[in-house]
Amino acid sequence: MNYDLVIIGGGPAGLAAAVSAFDAGVKNLLIIEREKRLGGILNQCIHNGFGLTRFKESLTGPEYAYRFIKQVKQRNIPVFTDTTVLSLTPEKQITAINSQNGVFTINAKAVILAMGARERAKGALNIPGSRPAGIYSAGTAQKYVNVMGYMPGKEIVILGSGDIGLIMARRMTLEGAKVKAVCEIMPYSSGLKRNIEQCLNDFNIPLYLSHTITKIEGKDRVTGVEISKVDENRLPIAGTEIHFDCDTILFSVGLIPENELTKGAGVLLAPDTKGAVVNENRQTSVQGIFACGNVLHVHDLVDFVSEEAELTGRAVYEYLTNDKTVRDNINVQKGANVSYVIPQMIDKNTKNNVKLFFRVKKEMKNPTVKIVSGGKVVYERKKKSVAPGEMENVILKVDNLKGLEQEIVVRVED
Amino acid sequence: MKNIYDVAVIGGGVIGGTILRELSKYQLNCVLLEKGSDVSLGQSRANSGIVHAGFDAMPNTLKAKFNVLGNKMMKDYVKDLGVKYQNNGSLVIAFNEREMQTLEELLERGKKNGVDGLEIIGKAKLNELEPNISKNAIGALWAKTGGIVCPYELTIASIGNAMDNGASLLLDFNVIRADKGDFGFNLYSQAGESVFASVVINCAGLGSGEIAKLLGDESLKIGARKGEYILLDRESGDFASHTIFTTPTEKGKGILISNTVDGNIILGPTAEQILDDNTDTTLDGLNSIINQAKLMSENLPLYNTITSFAGVRAYSSSGDFVIQESCSVSGLINVAGIESPGLTSAPAIAKFVVEEFVAKKFELVKKQNFNGKRIADNWFKNLSIEEKNSVITKDKAYGNIICRCEQVTEGEIVHAIKGNPPARTIDAVKRRTRAGMGRCQSGFCQSRVAEILARELEIDILEVTKSGQGSEILMGRTK
Amino acid sequence: MEKRTITCIECPIGCSITVSFDGANVTNLEGNTCQRGALYAKNEIICPRRVITTTVKTTDGRMMAVKTDRPIKKSQTFEIMQKIRTIITEPKNIGEVVLENVSEDINLVSAQDLDF
Repeated sequence: MNYDLVIIGGGPAGLAAAVSAFDAGVKNLLIIEREKRLGGILNQCIHNGFGLTRFKESLTGPEYAYRFIKQVKQRNIPVFTDTTVLSLTPEKQITAINSQNGVFTINAKAVILAMGARERAKGALNIPGSRPAGIYSAGTAQKYVNVMGYMPGKEIVILGSGDIGLIMARRMTLEGAKVKAVCEIMPYSSGLKRNIEQCLNDFNIPLYLSHTITKIEGKDRVTGVEISKVDENRLPIAGTEIHFDCDTILFSVGLIPENELTKGAGVLLAPDTKGAVVNENRQTSVQGIFACGNVLHVHDLVDFVSEEAELTGRAVYEYLTNDKTVRDNINVQKGANVSYVIPQMIDKNTKNNVKLFFRVKKEMKNPTVKIVSGGKVVYERKKKSVAPGEMENVILKVDNLKGLEQEIVVRVED
Repeated sequence: MKNIYDVAVIGGGVIGGTILRELSKYQLNCVLLEKGSDVSLGQSRANSGIVHAGFDAMPNTLKAKFNVLGNKMMKDYVKDLGVKYQNNGSLVIAFNEREMQTLEELLERGKKNGVDGLEIIGKAKLNELEPNISKNAIGALWAKTGGIVCPYELTIASIGNAMDNGASLLLDFNVIRADKGDFGFNLYSQAGESVFASVVINCAGLGSGEIAKLLGDESLKIGARKGEYILLDRESGDFASHTIFTTPTEKGKGILISNTVDGNIILGPTAEQILDDNTDTTLDGLNSIINQAKLMSENLPLYNTITSFAGVRAYSSSGDFVIQESCSVSGLINVAGIESPGLTSAPAIAKFVVEEFVAKKFELVKKQNFNGKRIADNWFKNLSIEEKNSVITKDKAYGNIICRCEQVTEGEIVHAIKGNPPARTIDAVKRRTRAGMGRCQSGFCQSRVAEILARELEIDILEVTKSGQGSEILMGRTK
Repeated sequence: MEKRTITCIECPIGCSITVSFDGANVTNLEGNTCQRGALYAKNEIICPRRVITTTVKTTDGRMMAVKTDRPIKKSQTFEIMQKIRTIITEPKNIGEVVLENVSEDINLVSAQDLDF
């Protein structure tokens, strides 16, 4: 099998990338999806709030996915569902497996990595105690409740106040469970403020900031949990223990881009995003391999995933038709209070404006976002506030980029 | 009658399992009684998985004898059963001259025990063998016959092969009462079942003292220790390529850093005295592993931790293995206090128990049709693409990936559920197929494994458990 | 005169809006950055409302995502959840009504096309 473009992953990133690549002119393309249906994680995110930026209305996850799946179907873009990619080589040969074709290989001229992210597992946290039933990641619980219609538990404590954890606190409550506490090791929540309001405050669910789980109890099934306050080094403070009886613990402790295939293809990864190092076209260090969506960096809004994927789809068309291998790259670096910036490289001769996405390390009120190159300030703007939980973006105009010689640094300062 | 046996083995750990397999070579009617929902749930669930060379045990002990014998037998044993094994070699590292002195003693002891391939090496050679080890280490004892094996894989495979050869397995059979008659024992389970056996082999691990007492022998005194571990992602799997011990001191044995046959890195164990079979990890335990491991290697990739866990060890008050027919109860063979190096010793102990004790009770006649070979649990993974495709053509379930981290197919999961010994829980499937054992720790695949278990066992998904009754994973329907 | 500060849930910005309230009417708003926010803040003081998103069982045993087509009174949340719990419906297209008038002429509509 030979394709001009193979997109690995049929979630929001893969779908939008496919449509935009097709519309730009890439007609010989394929989407590979490991699940039965397209849509990715959106299928289990039945809450609303998706699409406000893009569609100016509040959609549920399945509704948001539907709009893109419809476009894929209208274009008759071929899709392999129930198909898992086992490996990808730097030469863009894909080995995949499914029940119909067995193990098979596909050669692609370009590949878009759109595999999304996975949840950080409880095991990584070294929490003392037993390993009974009743410990789930928030996403696993979400699948049980929303897709399969089962209750993983009745009395719940949640560790991590990321959006999935908050959403599940409300969801479990609506379905009759008692959520006794949400605890967050950081002094602030990494979830959206609106979710604290409508998922916790609406139901009087207490949020314990600067707290973590210090013991899991129960032999066969969880019977209780002990949480403790943590100090500024995130270490538990003795004597601050609070005990809750519960049968279930949900972990919502972050997402990790799922880059196993990426590594196999020899793509350079960035330690800060845990995704590929990319240029403004979302092309990775391996020619013809692109990445977008949560596999590249964890987004907080799907609207931005779609936008990034569309940019990538168009860029693939450019790559396939007008292979400009000579690039004049300038590096983009993170400066003060910035934890990462995407993209990490920009072609100085780019014909389009470049949107920089970044996150801050810590909360700040009325900071200034400054972008500098050498001694020159390329961009400067005051912001009302910034927080680690909310991705920021800044548009660099083509004109701003002209003539820059030294690396671009993004800083957020007082 | 169905429930009358020549031999009943109590306890489905690696000792009970290897003994059952040895028994299944002969024309004997044998049963394994296991109290848990699966085999290999006690000591054989969570230990270091080391095939020790044999320099550690004191000369002339049972530990020394069976360790060295077991080490020599292991290679062929695992080959027949399709169990993963690696002769990675072990290193005992020394940080000062005093510890170097101890290494000399271990070398001498090893020679006395009959261990081949021992060598004391200097810093340069150590750095060459293990470049990530602390530069503060000045030398090591290199035991070339040291190896690694997965303890539950070895146990499951031994029991599975015994079952393939006619032995029976009764799970959830917790022996709570026993009568001794002239010809043998009636054993009663908590659930009200009973079996009769002429000979009982007590391999009940932590519970072996209790079992001996039920059968009328009060002499067996068993204590318990807990060992905690930390497991690192396969991504860091090449961090170490040997089993690396610290030199034992009067303070204790210290911990080890080792690669595993599945490609992870294991750190541990601690050794804490406990009073029950509690396998909780503790903050102190995990911290002590981390602190000791950092001394052994400063740049240990602890950020790649995927899980931590604890296992139990049963030891006898004598300090050595107890392998003998009970002095007070004829027909009761106690195989107890099998702590480290028990895993290594298991095949040798099994052979000894059958040839030494069981042979005195029965005339041992070999089965003509005994087949000691077993299809490896990971047989599908080892096939070529062409072979895989021919399997998938016949059974589409082998084309359906369920666990994405470890790339486990639906076919392999069904095989584990239907095979010997049958997997009936999420954890049992995990131990056989590795589904859920990877970096996402079952986040994506647990619900699908649960669906397959429900379908294959013809039960409601609400009855699917993580590891037996009381550990149901779901608590009801939303509507 | 009462002053309350609320977090707007209309969009991901989550503005903090201070509402002045004289017992019957909202007299002043501070902190909102759009008109949707203003409306939300007023409602939140007088009669808080929320859209419910949940699932219903389909006749073929699957779970289908549904939502109320407009926000319902927050105080009726659990009462309406109870009503939704008993529904068994044919699979529907997105937007099709699953249950009319769950409250105040607000309909429960499908938010998922299971067979698409």
